Amino acid sequence: MIGRLILTYPDGVRRTGIAFILSLITLGLYTLGISSAWIGHLVPATSGWLADNPALGRFLAAAMIALILAANWMALRQLNRRQQIIGVWIELFVLLMLFFYSFNLSFTFIAKKIGYMVSQGVTTTLYISAISIVIATVIALTGAIAKLSKNGVIYGLATFYTSLFRGLPLLMQIYIIYLGLPQVGYVIGAVPAGILALSLCYGAYMTEIFRAGIESIPRGQSEGATALGLSSSQTMGLVILPQAMRVIIPPTGNQFIAMLKDSSLVSVVGVWEIMYLARTQGQTEFRHIEMLITASMIYWVLSIGLEFLQSRIEARFGRFNVR
Amino acid sequence: MTTSTHMQNAEILLRGVHKWYGQYHALDDINLSIAPREKVVICGPSGSGKSTLIRCVNRLEAHQEGHIFVRGVELDDDERKADAIRRGVGMVFQQFNLFPHLTILQNCVLAPMWVKKMPRNQAVEIAMSFLERVRIPEQAHKYPGQLSGGQQQRVAIARALCMNPNVMLFDEPTSALDPEMVKEVLDTMVELAGEGMTMVCVTHEMGFARQVADRVIFMDRGRIVEEGKPDDFFARPKTDRASLFLSQLLH
Repeated sequence: MIGRLILTYPDGVRRTGIAFILSLITLGLYTLGISSAWIGHLVPATSGWLADNPALGRFLAAAMIALILAANWMALRQLNRRQQIIGVWIELFVLLMLFFYSFNLSFTFIAKKIGYMVSQGVTTTLYISAISIVIATVIALTGAIAKLSKNGVIYGLATFYTSLFRGLPLLMQIYIIYLGLPQVGYVIGAVPAGILALSLCYGAYMTEIFRAGIESIPRGQSEGATALGLSSSQTMGLVILPQAMRVIIPPTGNQFIAMLKDSSLVSVVGVWEIMYLARTQGQTEFRHIEMLITASMIYWVLSIGLEFLQSRIEARFGRFNVR
Repeated sequence: MTTSTHMQNAEILLRGVHKWYGQYHALDDINLSIAPREKVVICGPSGSGKSTLIRCVNRLEAHQEGHIFVRGVELDDDERKADAIRRGVGMVFQQFNLFPHLTILQNCVLAPMWVKKMPRNQAVEIAMSFLERVRIPEQAHKYPGQLSGGQQQRVAIARALCMNPNVMLFDEPTSALDPEMVKEVLDTMVELAGEGMTMVCVTHEMGFARQVADRVIFMDRGRIVEEGKPDDFFARPKTDRASLFLSQLLH
């Protein structure tokens, strides 16, 4: 019945569908309780009428936003794919900035502090993360090979390690290492404690990623290498790992980004990285939100950097996949 | 007396070899001696243990009972001994097992450079000469994924030859190929046989067996049921199982 309707009146059905979606959006925005104040700002003459008819005003505001969204959709459809992507990014970024702008932030305060945030905070965050990433990768590789080992002792060690460090909250690991190690006579600095906790925690997650990556390579590959006389370590390093990298890199990139942001947890033991500075610098003039938003933006920029790096590395290891 | 002279002369010698996968008796008392320059074709129904047999010869699988000697060296739990033997035993697989992340040339020079510690120039020179012999030197800088199945299998043969082996093992080398590519691979193998290479070949290509084999071995349920010269074996199989197998093959 509906199928026949669609076949007979394709244009009519499409227009009805569009109208239906638009009215759904309008209704949704209306129920969410959208404000009509922005119409008053744009056209001051209407503000009196809006004050008299609040419900109708809200409905009008919702309908206009739905229409603006539709117009925006149509406009973006005129562009090619690449332009569409850029367009969407710009629009959403502007909206995000407008959202932050509505907080009534003191930009002079941000401008005053941002230099220090970058020179002290970003440097500390980056070097803690970078060292942790390197150590975590080494741990992950060792752990993955241990988990594939036939030796029960080695397998036991690896499974206990991954289970423990994936199972405890990272925050607890930082506390346990920073406060616990001195109990057994080893006093550890805040920065090394943070690096140790991050490396061990992410090493445990990445062990699973590396193991899955190695296991994803068909057995014929290692048999082919073995039959040529390659030793097991040569087989792993020259044949298996380079291929496993294609599977390993995307989730590892995810882990690196997550670690970059989780390095903020190290602030609890007083390391002067981005998060710690955001909290302490804001406190002096009761400008918390400025510093927190600035810190968020810095984390975002750093993450974008890592994303970019990841796609470059992925392209490098994927190049043999051409047909 | 005969066994000891056999042992000295045999390229490959299996004595009383057994292997189980769990309860499954994959190899059941295998006794086999292969002389240098001999070409042996192993055939039999699927699951008869023929692949397991040749995979034991370079210890991709470990046997559990009996003795396997390759050029007088016994294969046991010592991995270094196995590695040493593998250097002299080339293997070609059903699924080629080329390394997809390396170019054809890199596939061929990998083992000579890392296992034999050969300088790169020399390894490349040898690799190119073998790629010319299998008639695909122009593909040297492509990746395996860009080649046809037949071409890939010829590269796999060249890659094994680059290690200058004394023995070549073939594990159903044409079974994964499209029919029109079988011939190019078989031609390469016939050529190799003509050059005097010791070859052990698991295959169902009976034309190839007639043409090059000195001996055909028929296996069933993990045992060597029958062996003989190809003409005798194909014309007058001695056992019912072999004649049944051959009749099914010819259909």
